[in-house]
Amino acid sequence: MANFNLKINGRQFQVDVEEDTPLLWVLRDHLGLVGTKYSCGIAQCGACTVHINGEARNSCVTPVSSLESDEVITIEGLSEDGKHPVQQAWEEVDVAQCGYCQAGQIMTAAALLKSNSQPSMAEIEDAMNRNLCRCGTYHKIREAVALAAKK
Amino acid sequence: MASFKTNRRDFLKMAATAGGGLFIGFQWFSCDSPKMKVLSNEEILASAKQFNAFLSITPEGDVVIYSPNPELGQNIKTSFPMVVAEELDADWERVRVVQANLDLDNFERQVTGGSGAMPHSWERLRRAGATAKYLLVSAAADQWDVSYDSLSTEKGQVVHAASGRKINYGELVNAASQLEAPEDVRLKDPKDFKIIGTPVKNVDNKAMFTGQALFGLDFYREGMVHAMIQRPPFGMKVKSFDDSEARNIKGVSDVIQFGENVAVVGTSTWPLMKAKKALNIAYEPISEEESTVNHDRIFRDLLDGDQAEIMRQDGNVDRAFQGAAQIVTSEYQCPFLSHSPMEPMNFFAHVKGDKVELVGPTQTPERARNEAAKLLGIEPENVSVEITRLGGGFGRRLRADFVVEAVELSRILNKPVKVTWSREDDMTGGAYRPAVRYRFQAALDASGNMIGYKLRGAGINAGNTTRQDNFPSGAVDNLLIESVEHKSHVTTNAWRAPITNFLAYAEQSFLDEVAEVAKKDPVKFRLDLLARAKTEPVGEIHYDIDRMKGVIELAAEKSEWGRDSLVKQGFSVYFSHRSYVAQVANVVMENNQPVLKKIIAATDCGIVVNPTGANHQVRGGIVDGMGHAMFGNLTFQNGSPKQKNFDTYRLIRMKEVPEIDVHYIDNGIDPTGLGEPALPPTGGAIANAIYNATGRRLRSQPFIEQKEFSDMEIKMERV
Ligand code: FES
Ligand code: FES
Repeated sequence: MANFNLKINGRQFQVDVEEDTPLLWVLRDHLGLVGTKYSCGIAQCGACTVHINGEARNSCVTPVSSLESDEVITIEGLSEDGKHPVQQAWEEVDVAQCGYCQAGQIMTAAALLKSNSQPSMAEIEDAMNRNLCRCGTYHKIREAVALAAKK
Repeated sequence: MASFKTNRRDFLKMAATAGGGLFIGFQWFSCDSPKMKVLSNEEILASAKQFNAFLSITPEGDVVIYSPNPELGQNIKTSFPMVVAEELDADWERVRVVQANLDLDNFERQVTGGSGAMPHSWERLRRAGATAKYLLVSAAADQWDVSYDSLSTEKGQVVHAASGRKINYGELVNAASQLEAPEDVRLKDPKDFKIIGTPVKNVDNKAMFTGQALFGLDFYREGMVHAMIQRPPFGMKVKSFDDSEARNIKGVSDVIQFGENVAVVGTSTWPLMKAKKALNIAYEPISEEESTVNHDRIFRDLLDGDQAEIMRQDGNVDRAFQGAAQIVTSEYQCPFLSHSPMEPMNFFAHVKGDKVELVGPTQTPERARNEAAKLLGIEPENVSVEITRLGGGFGRRLRADFVVEAVELSRILNKPVKVTWSREDDMTGGAYRPAVRYRFQAALDASGNMIGYKLRGAGINAGNTTRQDNFPSGAVDNLLIESVEHKSHVTTNAWRAPITNFLAYAEQSFLDEVAEVAKKDPVKFRLDLLARAKTEPVGEIHYDIDRMKGVIELAAEKSEWGRDSLVKQGFSVYFSHRSYVAQVANVVMENNQPVLKKIIAATDCGIVVNPTGANHQVRGGIVDGMGHAMFGNLTFQNGSPKQKNFDTYRLIRMKEVPEIDVHYIDNGIDPTGLGEPALPPTGGAIANAIYNATGRRLRSQPFIEQKEFSDMEIKMERV
């Protein structure tokens, strides 16, 4: 076990875990930030997507030891009041079915719009293709990302 | 910057009320208003008057509506309260929705399955709202000393038009709750609906989109331990195991064998994932190897054998086939499929003497309760079940296997336990859509009329593989439907649209094969059969001919069936779970490859309660049907699926989803359910379109693994 200092959602945390522990489980089991979801654990579904230094990353395959002064943002810290343009668009389009994949979808979309504020439909699809939605909300996700880009 | 030490104590505080823990359904906008202090559900409920099991109203006019059925994405937690609020004439902005616990005294059928919740509860929900409204209006009539009939209601107020007076429901609750509830109450004329039929937003949006704890996997209780379980391959038992390596992993407190399961226990999830891999377990067979090779042989034996049970018989098929001018024979096959909801199985159990507390995602809380009670030999009343939001279900969570093992571990450890399944556990741990093979035969007379129809279905743990009374039964003079089953150790369970999720594809493909031999247009062929069933029905008819005809005609119209020779179309129609859906798939050849461009769906599910929710179910069902027909495959070796995670078990992704057009029949009948019916027709529509585009018939799933298409790629694309 070792102590790791983490910067998450603008706050400093210290956790005492094995160094191979994925960020996902540090968030969920040790910090109570359960908005980031587990589904595959092998970088196939995107349910665990967080931002690391502004980029969308799969927290299930990101060992805590690989993070140093990196800035981690999770769905809980995407905005203070749930009013990030992507969150607003998700509400307006009413994207979710079961909702389990949606935090990851929102994080992927927010990272895309940060690096490319006016993505084409093809660019939206390229970025979002890494996130699975078993309920099949893909049409709504496309629509919501396009709407968020207009905000 | 402040430094926070790990503190988990108060994450996921379940709002506790007298009735037990509850999940909170947030109103997105009520949280935004700066003027209104946002009260917690407990604060609201503390002052509320309860009108019935579904409904309480506070003196301030806040309305709390309980949603009894598990929510897994079918939108019931939004659409049930909409129905209550409609008859109440509530102000939707003042409605709070609360997920009810299992409560058999107050609710019936707290189940999510069979697309049955809305059809079952429609009238009950309406009565709940209408009864409360009646009492509120009566209280206003007393207070103002005017007649009941001189009053009307709107958005949470009683209105006296003659004097222009208005009063908020909240001001009437104390008086209204003293009045006797009427036996019978008048319900609205559907043309007066103001909430039903509008796209009301999901009540959990804010919680879902800001990462609040909602799902079973998010549940945490101070003092609980985590557990993960290695379950045996199908048809095997534990011979021996060596847990020394697993026990050495930091964070593992215990390794426990119970039955054929080996559980690793600890204080967090990650060490358990490692420990499970480090368990050196040797298994030995208790039966013939469960493998796809063996299952293949079993299917052949079943279809050629004489064990099949007759499910329906009309006329004399033998004579019809002897006298036939032409006979069409075809076989269709599908593999086992995993349900793979995005949230893997998990459950929390705390056995406390002769009482048990259960919390988690289940489609059948009552079954969870009963099986827990049975295991422990206690009264079911001693088991409480709190229903979390479900990260998908698709039928997998109709079982209670994942509940019972949590209960058993909690009893052994004498601690609260949360059992989490890894994705690999979820995919290899069973209860699949059964593998099925069908043999169809049709006899045609010289003028191309179908005079005989035979179907034999063979399944592995599939129960009745047929729906013997579905179309085209009733439209063919001589008909024989048979089913035969092989019992296997591979566990199976209802999978969204049980049986029909594959039967529909097989049958609708076969009907196209027959139509081609009969030289008839596929749509006309189906309509002619329906006309026949209407005018001269053969045996009993168990489907509504007019509703089926309605969706066929609407789909043909909206898809401009047969009008563009460059667009190759495929037709399919199916009746399941009380509703009717017809679909047309549009395929275009590009560089000699078939590209699926669009699916057009016509649905008759009666009144559409929430158009957003309905579109979700239709599109979602189609995406589900399409994805699994194209890619889904579990193959077995040594009692285990070879596919263990999403790298090898392929699910459909955004880029593979074409445009989907959704249309509804507006006939005003009570809702007939929509969680499943859109899925069955999809595979057939696609296969028929691909045949029309390529001349190649897809007779087994998944489509991408068919030999006939080894030189061709089937693409799906947004237009
Ligand atoms: S859980 Fe990380 S990608 Fe699936
Ligand atoms: S909404 Fe259920 S998995 Fe995406």
